[in-house]
Amino acid sequence: MSSKTLIMFSGDLDKAMAGLIIANGAAAMGDDVTMFYTFWGLNVLRKAQKIAVRKSFMEKMFGWMMPRGAEKLGLSKMNFGGMGASMMKGIMKKKKVNSLPELIKSAQDLGVKFIACTMSMDVMGIRKEELIDGIEFAGVATYLGEADQSNVNLFI
Amino acid sequence: MTEKFINARGLQCPGPVVELFKVAKASQSGDVLTIEVTDSGFKKDIAAWCKKTGNELVSLVEEDGVTKAVIRKG
Repeated sequence: MSSKTLIMFSGDLDKAMAGLIIANGAAAMGDDVTMFYTFWGLNVLRKAQKIAVRKSFMEKMFGWMMPRGAEKLGLSKMNFGGMGASMMKGIMKKKKVNSLPELIKSAQDLGVKFIACTMSMDVMGIRKEELIDGIEFAGVATYLGEADQSNVNLFI
Repeated sequence: MTEKFINARGLQCPGPVVELFKVAKASQSGDVLTIEVTDSGFKKDIAAWCKKTGNELVSLVEEDGVTKAVIRKG
């Protein structure tokens, strides 16, 4: 058995999907998969609902400006203020491509390990309670430890 | 030996291999799994999946846009 590690840096819908399709595929090939979500990528793991937590003014601002969860992400290209993302989601639904939330659920069911970068969380004022359940919280050393064991490592 | 059938028609990548993996995981060595898929990439994917997971691809046929693969669990 081999393992794969993915650094999920992007908060774009298309890139988040690409990473999760690879993660699901790798898990279905019998591999251990670790996804390390950092910086903008953390937005993918935010819960859709607003969670009441104490935040500074700047942290609140960040929270308002960034997409709250997998349903709210935009495309990296041709987003047109969200219209592009809506159209893309419509097309994907029609073509029966799994949605981003479905891909996350599937990956979790297959045992893909989700790690949220605690340093990025601190910088962006994102609290543990605001992220989806079933994920781990760690730093770069944990990711590097996993990457050492892996034979494919992607930065998305 | 048990025979199992998976209808993965309409599922897009990576749906078919995910479904196949789940069923294979719950199967015994020697079990025969038949899967039907409409995703056109599956024809190549199934060979790679079998090689990687140590299962045997017994047959692979395509008819009217449906790929039918028979796999024996290794």
